[in-house]
Amino acid sequence: MKILVALKQVPARDLPVEADGACAWIGESSLSYEMNEPDAYALEAALRLKESAGGEVIAVSCGPERIASTLREALAKGADRAIQIAVEGEAARGTDPSVTARLLETAIREEQPDLVLTGLQSDDTGSGQTGVMLAARLGWPHATLVVAIEAGAGELRVKRELEAGWFQHVTLPLPAVLTVQSGISRLRYATLMGIKRAKTKEIRRIEPPAEALPAAGLRLKALNEPRRQRETQYLEGSPAEQAAQLVEKLRFEARVL
Amino acid sequence: MSGILVVFESAGNSWHRMSFEALAGALELARTVGGEVVACAPGFGPAEAAAELASFGVSEVLALEHEALAEYTADAWVAALTEAVRERQPEWVILPHTYQTRDFAPALAVRMDRTLMGDSTGFSMEDGVPVFERLLFQGRLVGRFVFETPAPNFVSFQAGAFRAAQPTGASAAVTVLRPALDAGCIRQRPEPPFRDSAQAVDLSAAERIVAVGRGIQEEGNLELARELAEALGAELAASRPICDNGWLPMERQVGSSGQTVAPKLYVALGISGAIQHIVGMKGSGCVVAINRDPKAPIFEIADYALVGDLFEIAPALIETLRQESAS
Ligand SMILES: Cc1cc2nc3c(=O)[nH]c(=O)nc-3n(C[C@H](O)[C@H](O)[C@H](O)COP(=O)(O)OP(=O)(O)OC[C@H]3O[C@@H](n4cnc5c(N)ncnc54)[C@H](O)[C@@H]3O)c2cc1C
Ligand SMILES: Nc1ncnc2c1ncn2[C@@H]1O[C@H](COP(=O)(O)O)[C@@H](O)[C@H]1O
Repeated sequence: MKILVALKQVPARDLPVEADGACAWIGESSLSYEMNEPDAYALEAALRLKESAGGEVIAVSCGPERIASTLREALAKGADRAIQIAVEGEAARGTDPSVTARLLETAIREEQPDLVLTGLQSDDTGSGQTGVMLAARLGWPHATLVVAIEAGAGELRVKRELEAGWFQHVTLPLPAVLTVQSGISRLRYATLMGIKRAKTKEIRRIEPPAEALPAAGLRLKALNEPRRQRETQYLEGSPAEQAAQLVEKLRFEARVL
Repeated sequence: MSGILVVFESAGNSWHRMSFEALAGALELARTVGGEVVACAPGFGPAEAAAELASFGVSEVLALEHEALAEYTADAWVAALTEAVRERQPEWVILPHTYQTRDFAPALAVRMDRTLMGDSTGFSMEDGVPVFERLLFQGRLVGRFVFETPAPNFVSFQAGAFRAAQPTGASAAVTVLRPALDAGCIRQRPEPPFRDSAQAVDLSAAERIVAVGRGIQEEGNLELARELAEALGAELAASRPICDNGWLPMERQVGSSGQTVAPKLYVALGISGAIQHIVGMKGSGCVVAINRDPKAPIFEIADYALVGDLFEIAPALIETLRQESAS
């Protein structure tokens, strides 16, 4: 099976993100980046499908130069080759997922894979839509929030997560798009051998001409700090002082102990 | 083009409660931009349930009825709703941001050559156009978005974005529309929903909960959370990554795909406060957040905020509680 996995590079989880001076986007200078976590699970699912049924795994990402490191990581984990769709600025951010879906669509039409896997959501702009939009553009069936995949002849039977602890199996024909939920299987680490081998694998660049960039249907007007929803009391001091205040408040103010 | 179409989601014999929140959002949008609100209910044989919607302040209930809508598939929903949107030509299509909406609405928007403003927490008017808000960067920032495309435009509202619409007493007409849906075009073959295992722990009844998140860093450190839970007389729960890693069973996961809890006391230990977690615990009486990032979104819904290293604060808390009970 020829499987294409869409990977987004996002700001590293544990670093603070803040709006830039103009509140137009985030300040990017102090950030480091990593593979979007759900996409790591999508890649893992693709590699496991390849290991059990044979085939090829192609990693694809849209974004600026820096995304090459995420593609290398995918190659080191076992992807066979990679495609970098070189876009900068607004088109690379994902503020309108339909733009990302269009960029990916072009590469996918060229590759003609049997299966496209995406993460269910990007951790930065978090639309959770790119995969479904992509399927609609390609005219392929899709399933979202996939937590298990069984490959059959020309079709897949997947387990989908529903709300509040419910699940459902759905069978759909190939070619198809699946959006993969985190936790689908334990993630592998890249081995030293894998990292070495990745250096010899191909990253093909696609540079969409500026005039061919899809127009956004949604424009980010401003990026602000969220509003508070509760009156929050900050308990200051050393850990011991914080602890003493909290126990006191839980007992006598909130009366929950 | 005029008016607002609100897509309802059925849940057994009734409606997903978020449908009424989306409706409230649509009614508010109608008050600001004008136009009438039509409740659109896809399904099969929902006539009675659809009629029930007639008293919720809408101008019409549009029951989309077809055998192929008896059970949910993305393909059937996209096909039927595309037809409804083409037929009614609304200016806005509003949906509840449920898992089902996530599954079909982006495709519906694409089918109409549009995009979807998903997971919106609300809107305000600026220069005569609605500006929709959505959380970005795991809830740490709010993005304010405007549409660049002409009607129809598509928006889904997050759980809790609006207080659910209530019946008004007035009554609207119910129209039945039978979409020209070809069942052969439906490519997904769904099986009945199921639960994985009988849940051994019912967190919904717990009076106190200590919920642990990725801030705990390693499986071995869970013992610290366990001890804190014990000292507080609390049940132990977790955010998704902890259960994804297999460190705690899925049944202890709080959030949109796990349990919904409402204890008197909820202690979030190293949890950032993503919306999918918050929807599962926001009904808690008293929320304590312990997190080293002063900007973690969990603090926005906390009553007591302890900014700092959980590996220092949790042991201090355990110590304080133990000393108290000893004296
Ligand atoms: C469709 C869908 C369904 C989902 N369902 C759920 C669900 O049911 N439940 C759920 O929880 N999530 C769910 N998620 C995932 C959710 O979006 C978040 O990714 C998840 O809740 C994050 O978990 P966390 O807060 O533990 O981890 P992180 O977001 O990584 O946060 C860890 C926090 O720990 C803090 N920290 C780190 N070290 C320390 C330290 N030493 N001391 C103090 N603080 C520290 C950090 O500052 C950070 O705020 C779902 C997502 C999607 C898209
Ligand atoms: N710039 C991108 N490059 C490659 N894949 C992407 C990109 N943006 C989003 N995706 C994929 O689409 C999924 C959903 O993203 P989103 O719709 O932004 O939440 C991600 O998990 C990725 O798999």
